[in-house]
Amino acid sequence: MLTSADAGKTRAIERIMEEAAPIPVKRAAPRKSDVFSWLKPAVFTASVVPLAVLLLRWQAGLLDQNSVAEVLNYFGLLALILLILSLTCTPLQWLMKWTWPIRVRKLLGLMAFFYATLHFLTYVWKDKEFQIDDIFSDIWKRKFILVGFTAFVLLIPLAITSTGGMIRRLGAKRWQRLHKLAYVAGILGVVHFFLRVKIDITEPVVYGSVLALLLGLRIKAKISAARPVAERRKTPIPLE
Amino acid sequence: MSLKPPNEPSSEITPENTYLNRADFLKKMALFTGTATLLGGGLTWLSTRGRFRQASAGADMQPALVVDEAIAPNTKYDTDEPKTSFEGITTYNNFYEFGTNKTDPAANAHTLKPRPWTVSIEGEVAKPQLVDIDTLTKWFPLEERVYRMRCVEAWSMVIPWLGFPLSKLIERMEPTSKAKYVAFTTLLDPVRMPIQKSSRSLPWPYVEGLRLDEAMHPLTMLAVGLYGKSLPNQNGAPLRLVVPWKYGFKGIKSIVKIRLTETLPPTSWNVAGPDEYGFFANVNPKVDHPRWSQAAEQRIGEGSRRPTLMFNGYAEHVAALYKGMDLSAFY
Repeated sequence: MLTSADAGKTRAIERIMEEAAPIPVKRAAPRKSDVFSWLKPAVFTASVVPLAVLLLRWQAGLLDQNSVAEVLNYFGLLALILLILSLTCTPLQWLMKWTWPIRVRKLLGLMAFFYATLHFLTYVWKDKEFQIDDIFSDIWKRKFILVGFTAFVLLIPLAITSTGGMIRRLGAKRWQRLHKLAYVAGILGVVHFFLRVKIDITEPVVYGSVLALLLGLRIKAKISAARPVAERRKTPIPLE
Repeated sequence: MSLKPPNEPSSEITPENTYLNRADFLKKMALFTGTATLLGGGLTWLSTRGRFRQASAGADMQPALVVDEAIAPNTKYDTDEPKTSFEGITTYNNFYEFGTNKTDPAANAHTLKPRPWTVSIEGEVAKPQLVDIDTLTKWFPLEERVYRMRCVEAWSMVIPWLGFPLSKLIERMEPTSKAKYVAFTTLLDPVRMPIQKSSRSLPWPYVEGLRLDEAMHPLTMLAVGLYGKSLPNQNGAPLRLVVPWKYGFKGIKSIVKIRLTETLPPTSWNVAGPDEYGFFANVNPKVDHPRWSQAAEQRIGEGSRRPTLMFNGYAEHVAALYKGMDLSAFY
């Protein structure tokens, strides 16, 4: 019958043997698998699905009668939705303590920029037929185009500085401050949408509310981060 | 009793490592496919707002107009630009009583029952009366006219309308000397027009109006059909107004009341957006909508845009009506 003294002796012998020579591994330890390795490819594929659907419908002649207006709306909405999804990532991490949203934040932002570019190019090409004078006069005269153009322009530095290399070059603090512009772009996008609709403002109001909620969460987080630690504790730590 | 596994050589046994990796891989493929499909589908739905263009029922499905006399084309005012297809005209509509998307009226206007239908003619006339639409249609010989139609949203069509000049109806009603304007009202019936239960887009019923000289102009017509068939519901069955030199929202649909008045009548879009939509609403490339330019338009069915014409190309016929009027003040 093994006594605890025997167990102790066994342990001591084992330890000496380990230190002398490492125990040969009988089988390769399974590679530590990345549980979320499928996530980024999935999000990327999902964000190009609408483009594929559009191209298929175009080929089948199924686009709206006013195809220019339909395509403009399509790309614009996709840009706004993806930007809002990107802005949901960090609050999701705060609230649910998940880390996977942060992995797709950059991808979502870049896909938003991709569709914003397509939206802008459609306007320049199809609506204005590359008439630069027309475009500039539109931007200055029409509030909603100025707002939209500004939102697009704000996304450009964000896209350029989206890489890890850029984070290092700018430094985390400066990069974070710059990327707060994503919220400004989002707000301008909603205003652009709001000014564009003829009379039924339901949709822009819905998107605006979601954006306001995300912005509210961010402001709330900032406020509670600023409060001193002692106040944040609600229950006293037991001192046993 | 042996619990030994079947006689497989041990080299055939999948290494545990690979087995675990394969299972893991399959699981990840499933997650990838599921997420890509759901998220992709969701994005597509949100950006199309769940609307896709419906196939039109087709011109053959639309009942032909029953008339006593043959329909004669009146080519005096016709445009020779290519006509917009029947499909285009009947599946791209603004008729907010059936929804605010362009594809909604074609999808939803089946609830409109254009018979029985009575039109009330009232106000400053010697002979106010209620008349059944089929009776009214027989009062005047019908003509086919091919008109341009320009929407305030900067798209346009060419439509072969079937109808008669509004002037003939007004003359028959014998307006009094006090009549200065003609006011029109659309059906108000939340059963046949369910969206009228809410007023998220426009106040109901839809109303429009013309100055008497505009109403008496030979170009102005009341339409009962298009492409030789009776008006589809989504185009304003059974009776609608056509004023080709004005923005399309002046073309009030599904008329139940025509009233001659002394004072300027309210018009729905002017009530909803007085800074953006005026009473006159003459097509004018030099007077922009506050939020977008009116200098160009998208002809439905064409790829590129075209410049908008003054009074939608009918300037030689109607410019005289507005001589001396500041068109940017009276938009």
